[in-house]
Amino acid sequence: MPVARTVSAPLRIVVAEDFALLREGLVGILERAGHTVLAAVDTAEGLLAFVRHDPPDVVITDVRMPPGHSDEGLRAAAAIRAAHPDVAILVLSQYVADAYLDALLEAEGPGGTGYLLKERVGHVREFLDSLDRVARGGLVVDPDVVRQLLTRRRDAGPLAALTEREREVLSLMAEGRTNSSIAEALVVSEAAVRKHVGNIFAKLDLAPDSDRRVSAVLAWLRG
Amino acid sequence: MELDDAWGALRRGPLRMARTTWAVRAWWYLVGSSLIGLLALLVALTLLALGMLTAPVLVGIPLLFALPLVAVAVAHRERRRLRLLQPGHETPADPRALPASPRAWWRDRGAYRPTAREVGFTVLLATFGWLVDLIVAANLAVVLGASLASPVLAHYDSVVVLGPWELTSAAEALPFALIAVPVTWVLGGYLLTALAAAQASLTRLLLTTSEQELARRVGELRASRLELVDAFEVERKRIERDLHDGVQQRLVALSMTLGQAELDIDDGPGAETVQRAQEQVREALAELRTTIRGIHPRVLIDLGLEAAVREIADRMPTPSSVHLDVPRSTPAAEAAGYFVVSEALTNVVRHSGARQVEITGAAGAGTLSLIVRDDGVGGADPRHGSGLVGLQHRLDALGGTLEIASPHGGPTEVRMRCPWPAP
Repeated sequence: MPVARTVSAPLRIVVAEDFALLREGLVGILERAGHTVLAAVDTAEGLLAFVRHDPPDVVITDVRMPPGHSDEGLRAAAAIRAAHPDVAILVLSQYVADAYLDALLEAEGPGGTGYLLKERVGHVREFLDSLDRVARGGLVVDPDVVRQLLTRRRDAGPLAALTEREREVLSLMAEGRTNSSIAEALVVSEAAVRKHVGNIFAKLDLAPDSDRRVSAVLAWLRG
Repeated sequence: MELDDAWGALRRGPLRMARTTWAVRAWWYLVGSSLIGLLALLVALTLLALGMLTAPVLVGIPLLFALPLVAVAVAHRERRRLRLLQPGHETPADPRALPASPRAWWRDRGAYRPTAREVGFTVLLATFGWLVDLIVAANLAVVLGASLASPVLAHYDSVVVLGPWELTSAAEALPFALIAVPVTWVLGGYLLTALAAAQASLTRLLLTTSEQELARRVGELRASRLELVDAFEVERKRIERDLHDGVQQRLVALSMTLGQAELDIDDGPGAETVQRAQEQVREALAELRTTIRGIHPRVLIDLGLEAAVREIADRMPTPSSVHLDVPRSTPAAEAAGYFVVSEALTNVVRHSGARQVEITGAAGAGTLSLIVRDDGVGGADPRHGSGLVGLQHRLDALGGTLEIASPHGGPTEVRMRCPWPAP
């Protein structure tokens, strides 16, 4: 069944991406999914100007954009977060970089935050799911980023104490998934996921049931 | 610029040269040379005579020892005077500093020995070189001066004889002067400049030592090699950019188009085909990313060595710790650092059996020091099919070094040092 009919709430979105093919692709997917794309711009300045005049629900922005092709998108995201804390921000990047994650986590606010590799957009169902979570104020992190963080902490003691299944749960949790989404991905019951999460928090010595469990887990992983 | 030495002026012909001051410079050069040659002759003769006379009472010994200094001093002076006729050329360096004081000279007298070429040059100048220069310079001055003054002289004096001409009155001398002065200036000046230019070239030939020449060429070679490495880096960056901004973006766009199709069609064989296509795009992107990483990773261009090293360290199966604190530098230097770490880590994974790798590095005083150390079995030999040899050459071109210490039983340590200029 087409996904378009299952979208719960249509979102008002602004897209910033300098490569025309990708911009059109992104807009095509979002509109087919039932969302409203208020504007699709190709510079960070254009993005800032539009958001100033009509703050949307979600901003989706590329990291690298003209004129400097360095991190204009990230800086625009930080500026939007400062001026409009409620606007959710989803940053798309060509590659995984710690510096980007750090910058985004620093800018965490009431509006949701997300960091995904561009190629995730093609996997529409997961992408639209991530978009929904970010729009609801959640924190979404690309699986590749989480994998890198886990590799880095692999030698750390507590992580070695986790079972294979608990590690899987930890990864999905770090990506920003809810218990039900984790249960679905691992084909287990939600109760089982809750039990695993409890174990993980105990083993990593984290405060259980924190509101911001994603950032807590990420903070632990980043050491 | 054409006129960076006397030869350049000569090539433009006597008439055009006559409008410049080159003849005056050449004249002055020859006068200087003749005075220096004469002085050298007198000093050498004096030292020799005094030294021989007083040698029995030992005072003469230092005087005789000082004789070679004449050649050193003449060579020093003549090198500097080349600027007069070859202002556009580099002054040849002295093979040694001049002694600061007689004491300093006596203490290190062995160090102030002139080269055989310097001695030969001095003998040449002091015996007949100075005489030739003096005759030519004086002749031109006299002929030019006499021609110029001939009307006055003929007026007050009785008869002025200039070669075959006899001038008895100012009226007779005036047309002579009007013709003789320019002719002497143009032709005489031209010939004199030619002699001076030839002498300056000979001086340069004899007083530039072969080591200096070699050092200069080594410097040139190093510079051209560095240029090559830089050009190579520019090319790699261009290929990376083409792949990254072209192929990779198009693949991502393709994946998005497939995504739209996924939203449009109902579940069934069609949807499965689209999903299979998606999977293939994903694999193509992963492969492309690996390729790009081997060429010139984007994270290195955007964020520098530290971020790029963290990225490869995170990707490898052996646990690693990274302690890097380096500012941005030139693309060639950053690439060298990156590929050393990348190659060293590849070797760690393939051969060492290490359980832990440590990458440490810091940049200070314009130099980067980087160490990759593992706790593996050691015994790595860089000569056997390792990419580290190629990197050694690359670092050499940048003026850096690469050392590999890998005793049997471990640990293996790859140490790199490299100039780290500001970008």
